[in-house]
Amino acid sequence: MTISPAYRKTILFGLFMPMTLFILGVYNGIMQTIYRAGVIHRTSVAGINYYQGLTLHGVINAIVLTTFFAVVFGHVTVSFYLKKEPPKWTYLMSMLLMVVGTLMDAFTMLAGTSEALYTFYAPLQDSPLFYIGTALLIIGSWIAFGGWVKVWFEWRRENSGKKMPLAVLGTFVNFTMWFMSTLPVAYEVLVILTPWSLGWTNQVNVPLTRMLFWMFGHPLVYFWLLPAYIAYYTILPKVAGGKLYSGNAARLAFLLFLILSTPVGVHHQFSEPVFTPGTKFWVSILTFGVAIPSFMTAFTVGASLEYAGRKRGAKGLFGWMARLPWFQQENFLFGYFICGLILFIFGGLSGIVNASYSLNQMVHNTSWVPGHFHMTVAGPVLLVILGVSLYIYSTVAGKTIKFRTLATIVPYLWMFGVALLSHGMMAGGLMGEPRRTNMGMTYTNPDSDLFNKHWVATSTTTMIGGFVMGAAALLYFISFFATATGKRTMEPVIELPESEDLHEEKPVPLLLNMRPWIIVSAILILFTYIPALISVFKYSAPVRNKFQVENPNNMIK
Amino acid sequence: MNKYEIKVVLLSGLLLSSFLFALLYNAFSRKIDTPACIPYNAAFEKGHVRQLDDSTCEVYVSAHMWGFDPAEIVIPVGTTVEFYLTSTDVVHGFNIDGKGVNLMAVPGGVNRITVPFNSIGTYRIVCHEFCGIGHQNMMGKIIVKDKIYQQ
Ligand code: HEM
Ligand SMILES: [Cu+2]
Ligand SMILES: [Cu+2]
Repeated sequence: MTISPAYRKTILFGLFMPMTLFILGVYNGIMQTIYRAGVIHRTSVAGINYYQGLTLHGVINAIVLTTFFAVVFGHVTVSFYLKKEPPKWTYLMSMLLMVVGTLMDAFTMLAGTSEALYTFYAPLQDSPLFYIGTALLIIGSWIAFGGWVKVWFEWRRENSGKKMPLAVLGTFVNFTMWFMSTLPVAYEVLVILTPWSLGWTNQVNVPLTRMLFWMFGHPLVYFWLLPAYIAYYTILPKVAGGKLYSGNAARLAFLLFLILSTPVGVHHQFSEPVFTPGTKFWVSILTFGVAIPSFMTAFTVGASLEYAGRKRGAKGLFGWMARLPWFQQENFLFGYFICGLILFIFGGLSGIVNASYSLNQMVHNTSWVPGHFHMTVAGPVLLVILGVSLYIYSTVAGKTIKFRTLATIVPYLWMFGVALLSHGMMAGGLMGEPRRTNMGMTYTNPDSDLFNKHWVATSTTTMIGGFVMGAAALLYFISFFATATGKRTMEPVIELPESEDLHEEKPVPLLLNMRPWIIVSAILILFTYIPALISVFKYSAPVRNKFQVENPNNMIK
Repeated sequence: MNKYEIKVVLLSGLLLSSFLFALLYNAFSRKIDTPACIPYNAAFEKGHVRQLDDSTCEVYVSAHMWGFDPAEIVIPVGTTVEFYLTSTDVVHGFNIDGKGVNLMAVPGGVNRITVPFNSIGTYRIVCHEFCGIGHQNMMGKIIVKDKIYQQ
């Protein structure tokens, strides 16, 4: 499909800006591994202290890069499948708000006035600009969704009787979930934290803010993941040379995410006071439930890949694996997808450990947790972001991909790095190594009373993994930025590899209508969060605490 | 969806049910549970140790930037300790090395857990939630002593 200049520029800018910031995200990631391994015993390097760097790392990588990609990928899938551009004011307005919000966040983080990490837990205080900036980023993403909904209704009128394309369903499920779950965090930042940070209010109910944050925090991880799932269902079978095993199974998986991903946030709070064991066990059950669509995805994607391998002439039980298009330059996307999937097997299994109610106490807030989620968010999520960003940039800008060889080996190298990094962090975590800690100052510093020799080997493994990931990122940046700054050689188009279904399946009405699923989702949210909210008010009290990261004295006298 | 897909859904459901069963079994038969909650009261903000009898004591821990009060907890071996945990400033963590005790100290809330200490030694308590620039210095200690040396 051809594309108007304004839309093209919006898409390209939405890829270019976060990717530039991501350089800073990667830099800080590598630095963290060096501090933690005890190679340096310092509070800061090059003017950025450990926790400021960690805030930059979390916000840029996990909130900015992922949200921009979800929006840009949404633009591309919706326009490609519906052959329409959303209304101009929606995509421009959405991009403007997201960019302004991101710049506000980046500015306060670099200035050192917002260092309370990407979870911004009160009563640590960030600059009001940070809270407002984060809200703008989120609101901008809502507006993009509004534009797609309008286009969708037009398409449906013109194409009555046709199914909603799978990729569009995935995108709509993702943004519906995102909209529902960002309401609580919008309330938290705009109604509670901004006035509090400005000094208009002095009290804050800390458990309430934490509950609101995690109502958003868990759906956030699915918001990262679903674009990758959309790519696995609608792009991967094609690039692997096969077909999608079952479209209906894919639809069911997406709809299950819609109902189960929001009411599980309390599973980040198993170690906290205020919630009853009943609430905690209930969210454990729901979280196990949300593992089912992931198992289904593993099966459907696996079956699609097996079909692709057999079509290329594979024999035997596992022969198909060898026949897949590994390390092929013309088919570089395949590497990004498959390496992400391999990491996700381990990311998913370690996630089930985290979700397991009392078992969570072995790992909560130890470095096991970042070990786990670098195999999810820095695994399939990031690899799909990197691969597909390069692909979209090249097609939408009409520029040939430069340094294709480098871009082809990036995912394999990255996967190897993540495996080492996560192994180190998870092994350390099982021995109690804390996350979010500048360990080089104390725990891995032989001159400190707090020195713990067991954590040296694990954090050193982590560091080596970090270096390998850094090398992979560097190769990627060379290819991406050379492509982006190159000359236009082709007609700009919106183009995606499009998988066909293997079987013609009977349409199932329940899988074509999102409304009943949204209703079930709302019921589950109320059923989980009304008791949780009652507990918050029964067991906790607001406090007059307001603290800055550097200062142990209460700002409220 | 064909028969293989339905089998996959059933099998993964079965697998997860067996995990759930294991969790329930541990919670009820072996008393391995998540921490319990009690209504907040500012009196919990003062850290102290209260010996109830020979084998039980209550420890009130108050976390602050950047240490625990009491900083050192001394108890005789064989004591079952009931911990009450809160914070006077920001959110902190409380992870007892080698004991599987993992709590959050949240201002405005009180966390509670019961733990037996049956072997002599020093247990380190690590704060594992970011609590400001001195977070990496925040550690406490539990010293479990032989009963004879107590007096
Ligand atoms: C060069 C690559 C990377 C390296 C070396 C790296 C390293 C690390 C390390 C060591 C931590 C733990 C720090 C601590 O808890 O004290 C961490 C945290 C984190 N990383 Fe990465 N990482 C990398 C890439 C990524 C990517 C691509 C993402 C997401 C897209 C990501 C998301 C996060 C998040 C969300 C945290 C948690 C921050 C927090 O606890 O506040 N990282 N990273
Ligand atoms: Cu979660
Ligand atoms: Cu602390």
